[in-house]
Amino acid sequence: MSPTKSQTEQEKYGRHRPVTDRDAHEINRIEELSYDLKVHEVMIANVITTTSDVPISSALELLRINRISGLPVVDNGILAGVISLEDIVRAMQKNELGKSVSEYMSTQIMTVNSYDSVVEAIKTFSEKRLGRLPVIDQSKKLVGIITKGDITRGILLAVERDYKEEEVRRYRASHLFEDIISDRTTLVLRYNIKVGDFTHGGNASSHIKRALLRLGADQQLARRCGIAAYEAEMNLIIHTTHGGILKLEVEPHRINIITTDDGPGIPDIQMAQQPGYSTASDKVREMGFGAGMGLVNIKRCVDSIELESTVGKGTKLTMRIAVSSETLNSKRD
Amino acid sequence: MNLQSIIDQFQFKILTEPRNFTEIIPRGGYASDLLSCVMAGAKPNNLWVTLQAHLNIVAVAAMLDVAAVIITENAQPDVATINKANEQNVILLSTPKASYEICGALWDMNLR
Repeated sequence: MSPTKSQTEQEKYGRHRPVTDRDAHEINRIEELSYDLKVHEVMIANVITTTSDVPISSALELLRINRISGLPVVDNGILAGVISLEDIVRAMQKNELGKSVSEYMSTQIMTVNSYDSVVEAIKTFSEKRLGRLPVIDQSKKLVGIITKGDITRGILLAVERDYKEEEVRRYRASHLFEDIISDRTTLVLRYNIKVGDFTHGGNASSHIKRALLRLGADQQLARRCGIAAYEAEMNLIIHTTHGGILKLEVEPHRINIITTDDGPGIPDIQMAQQPGYSTASDKVREMGFGAGMGLVNIKRCVDSIELESTVGKGTKLTMRIAVSSETLNSKRD
Repeated sequence: MNLQSIIDQFQFKILTEPRNFTEIIPRGGYASDLLSCVMAGAKPNNLWVTLQAHLNIVAVAAMLDVAAVIITENAQPDVATINKANEQNVILLSTPKASYEICGALWDMNLR
């Protein structure tokens, strides 16, 4: 299917968009961790359990000895129910502590899967006001138990681990620039971009993103540079006469992304920077390019751009990104 | 809501290699067929709904770390696109339904 007419009209009018890549990072790390962490990573694996055929008094004894308030009831490895202090109190009131656990245990039990994200457990806790959740695996076998406290502990540990990983990353990145002594060290990566090569479109910018991550850039910085590089790369593929060169220069405190080509050049640089303005062919537009948003996107991602162009000679686009001392750091604060 | 349950609910066809989709938790979504708009608007872990099926969607999806690409109206990516998606860990899903319908249903599922 090709894009409809209305889309093309939409392109012409262009649109303004708020800074969105940064929005994504407003999701705080704790929230992110609750998605990243799996239940099995934070649960208690050695669960104290009972069976349904024992008297309630012996379940109470287990609770008392272990100072816990509930026990999963497991028959032949399969979770049959949960017996809690409340259930036992009910039995006590009727003086039926001698009856079997099966008579008083709750069988309508909420469980959580061991491979689920912790956030699923958090949701269940807040919806059902439960104190603990049995954890089951794919074959419904009980593999652990999780409480809100376990989640808090797990997240705190993960934050600490994160912090250490971040330290190691910074350390590695700083090495590249610290071990090689010069008055000014620059790492330069060059990519030759062929005109019309949609097959490899985006390859160079994805290499750039990966390189920056390896150098210790955080996700956001790597993505910002990646998006800017991608738009610039696609411009070389779509609009040049012979393709061009995409160059990444990394220094401890800044990153430059530069594209150069030898034509055809941009007749009206002002116009080229208007949101929604595009000279892309219908064929290219059908592929979803030519929204006239390339330079707009680039501006959103970088700190400054410089666009120089001479018709018949070529175009040079320089994008500059300042790197805060937290990422790609060479000298510690 | 993990990706596996979304796939089950919509009966999406999985075009790329099988993975443990239960581990992927999409957050919200974005719909457009204009790649630059996607670059500007889609956020990490979004589901991207589009009827574009050519090779370049993979680069965009990989750059933005979207959770999965939902290709609508049975648009069929070629083998090279699927191979590249596997290489770059991009998940491609397919549905006969139109983007509008998919977005509406995802919205109803509270994927906002």
